[in-house]
Amino acid sequence: MLKILKYSFFDLMRSRWSYIYFLFYLALGFVLLFLNNDVSKAVITLMNIIVVLTPLIGTVFGIMYYYNSREFTELLLAQPLKRSTIFLGQYTGLSLSLSLSLVLGLGIPFLMYGILESAAIWNFASLLLTGAFLTFIFVALAYNIALSNENKIKGFGYAVLLWLFLAVIYDGLFLISLIVFEEYPLDKFSLAATVFNPIDLSRILILLKLDISALLGYTGASFKKFFGTGLGMFISFSALMLWVILPAWRIVVKARKKDF
Amino acid sequence: MIQIQDLYKRFGKVQVLKGVNLDIGRGGIFAILGPNGSGKTTLIKSILGMVVADKGDIKIADKSVLRKFEYRKNIDYLPQIANFPANLTVSELIGMIRNLRAKTSSHEQLIDLFDLTPFLNQKLGNLSGGTRQKVNLVLTFMFDSELIILDEPTTGLDPVSLIRLKQRIEEEKKKGKTILISSHIMSFVEEIADEIVFLLDGKIHFKGTVSDLMKQTGQQNLEYAIANILTDNHA
Repeated sequence: MLKILKYSFFDLMRSRWSYIYFLFYLALGFVLLFLNNDVSKAVITLMNIIVVLTPLIGTVFGIMYYYNSREFTELLLAQPLKRSTIFLGQYTGLSLSLSLSLVLGLGIPFLMYGILESAAIWNFASLLLTGAFLTFIFVALAYNIALSNENKIKGFGYAVLLWLFLAVIYDGLFLISLIVFEEYPLDKFSLAATVFNPIDLSRILILLKLDISALLGYTGASFKKFFGTGLGMFISFSALMLWVILPAWRIVVKARKKDF
Repeated sequence: MIQIQDLYKRFGKVQVLKGVNLDIGRGGIFAILGPNGSGKTTLIKSILGMVVADKGDIKIADKSVLRKFEYRKNIDYLPQIANFPANLTVSELIGMIRNLRAKTSSHEQLIDLFDLTPFLNQKLGNLSGGTRQKVNLVLTFMFDSELIILDEPTTGLDPVSLIRLKQRIEEEKKKGKTILISSHIMSFVEEIADEIVFLLDGKIHFKGTVSDLMKQTGQQNLEYAIANILTDNHA
């Protein structure tokens, strides 16, 4: 698997889009630090961007990479390689290169600003970790969609819809349900609803880490009340892990049965 | 060498293979013929494990190969359409496949044979169809495997390369290898094939030598013999 991972990774590292993505984060990091002049505030602003943007980029890159590398995949399928090796290798290579763009792009400006001496270093690190998690999750989801759809346009459409649903619509539906059922106790429902959306989950994970109660919102507050900060973080972290493992497992299952 | 038992494959509503039984011995050139959509490529891809059959079994060297992958070490495969990652160069691609197979390879000799030296540092996306097919041929023949499977090997080749390809196939045959070829070019098949496997409507319609087929159909030429089978069947 490492060979495939390496090829996918270097293939992507040479592509123009990886650089654009990297430069975008680099510019974003510098601008935010320049405008805020405060690492903690910059981290909060960054969080709002990262929880929406990394899923979008992960989805779009995931779906495009799968369809663009179809020929390459077919070439690999005729070699003495296991199918799971090929697909997991490509998946990890892509997710790693996107995560690297994120970590380096944001890491460089913050390092230059002196994040290492600042108290916000762990907050910043957990932000990058969550961003990497979201990348792995959404690339896996996009790969699942691509494996199930031969038609590129359909696959692309479903993938973007999935992102839109989890990033925007889900919260709307959630709020509506809170208003409609306000007479009932909703803390358990809201806890469950959060676990089913990796974007909400990451937001809560970061906010718990940052320890800013004002920004937690209803779900965050019930999360904190129910589990406490430590356990809450552990649970949201484990749920994120599951969000990576389950789609990755489905990639293997789906790839095993597919015709090329 | 290859035994196929009762192989079925359906794509959506189309039943492509309807119980293929085929026994291919060791050594020699076997041509898989059949009209468009008769399941030639599906059959080849099933042998390679790229298409997952619904029913039936495929054995290579007396071992079932379904859902396995190690057996592909001993197969060289030439895909029908030579599509490669566009942003790799020719030499990078060759290096990559060599790295994956970890077998001794004769790529330098093949690069000379097909005059590919000037293209080595060009990106695959910028090559013409014929040149890409030559790269495809290098990738296929550079390893020394017992079984060689060629899906439409002549596509896009100029006459010089075609002659060199035929010579290469003959050389491989002399080494005692089993070579499976699908092609639509009847003159090519007539010239090189020892045996013909004719697929029709997802089944093996005929298996035997070229002269057997001509005798059976009463025709003097392979092209007419094939046309004769087709018109007899659809009349």
